[in-house]
Amino acid sequence: MRALVLALLLVPAAPALADSRMAAAAYADTQLADPAQEAKATALMHTIRCLVCQGQSIADSDADMAGDMRALIRRRIAAGEEPEAIRRWLIERYGDWVSYAPSTKPVNWPLWAAPLLLVAAGVLIARRRFRRRR
Amino acid sequence: MRKGLLWAPLALFALLVGFIVFGLVRPADHVIPSKMIGQPVPGFALPAALPGKPGLDSAALADGKPRLLNVFASWCLPCAAEAPVLMALKDKGVTIDAIAIRDRPDDLAAFLARWGDPFARIGADHDSRVQMAFGSSGVPESFVIDGRGIIRHQHVGPIREEDVPAILAALDGAR
Repeated sequence: MRALVLALLLVPAAPALADSRMAAAAYADTQLADPAQEAKATALMHTIRCLVCQGQSIADSDADMAGDMRALIRRRIAAGEEPEAIRRWLIERYGDWVSYAPSTKPVNWPLWAAPLLLVAAGVLIARRRFRRRR
Repeated sequence: MRKGLLWAPLALFALLVGFIVFGLVRPADHVIPSKMIGQPVPGFALPAALPGKPGLDSAALADGKPRLLNVFASWCLPCAAEAPVLMALKDKGVTIDAIAIRDRPDDLAAFLARWGDPFARIGADHDSRVQMAFGSSGVPESFVIDGRGIIRHQHVGPIREEDVPAILAALDGAR
C-alpha cells in the first residue's frame, strides 16, 4: 500500500494539454505606459466576461483567451479607442452575454425598473403600517 | 384574507424551491453562439501558419465557392478528435480552410502529421485576434462561409460523425 502511494507520488504531473504553449500576448499581463489609459482599460476588463471560464471577468481569469482579450482591450485603448466602443464591438460578436454591465435595451427594462418598484412597494408597506398604528 | 396571507411565505418558499430545482435539472448550456452569422467575414489577413501552405485572408474566403472554416489548435484535444471527420469531409470534396489559434509551427506540423491535414490554407492567429472578430469563443469551432464571404452557419465544438449531414446541408445551402 505504502509502495503504491509512493509510486503514485512519483508519477510526474501530466502536462496540461488544454492550453497553448505559446507565451501570453503582448499586453495580456503588461500594463499600458499611460496610467490614465491603463485605468480605463482595467475598468473595462472588470466588466467583460471571460468566454472560456464564464464565471469570471477577463481581469480575473488566467485562461489564454482572457489574456488575448485583455491584450485586445489594451491595444485598442492605446490606439485611442473609447472603452464603450470596444464593449460594443465585443457585444456585436458575442451578444450582451459578454458584458457584465447591463444595457438599456427593452429586454432589460424590468431589470432597471426592479429597484424602483421594490422601493415603491416598501414605501407603501411602511405607510400602511404607520397608519395602522395611529 | 388574513388566513390566505398566512400561506404566502410557504408559497414563496415553494416558488423558490421550484426555481432552484429547475436550475439544477435543466442541462447547463454554455455555448455562446456568434452574432456574426449572416454577416460578411470580418476583414483580416493572417500569415501562413506553416511554411509551404498559404495563409488566410478575408478575400480568400469570398472566391465564389462555399467552404468550411475550421478554428482549431494543435494543443486542443477535441480538435484531434474531429480530425478524421474533417478528413472525410475533404474527401467528399469540401474545401476546408483553417485558423490555427496560438500555435507554433513545430507543434502544428506534428499535429497535422499525426492526425491528417485536410486544410487548403491555414492562417496563424497568434493572439486570437481574428477568432474574436468572428465571435468564436473557443476551439474547435467551424463556420460555413458562402461564395460571397458571408458567414452562414456556426458549429461550436468538434464536428462528429452525426454532425456531418447538418454541415453538408449548410454547405449546400450556401451554394
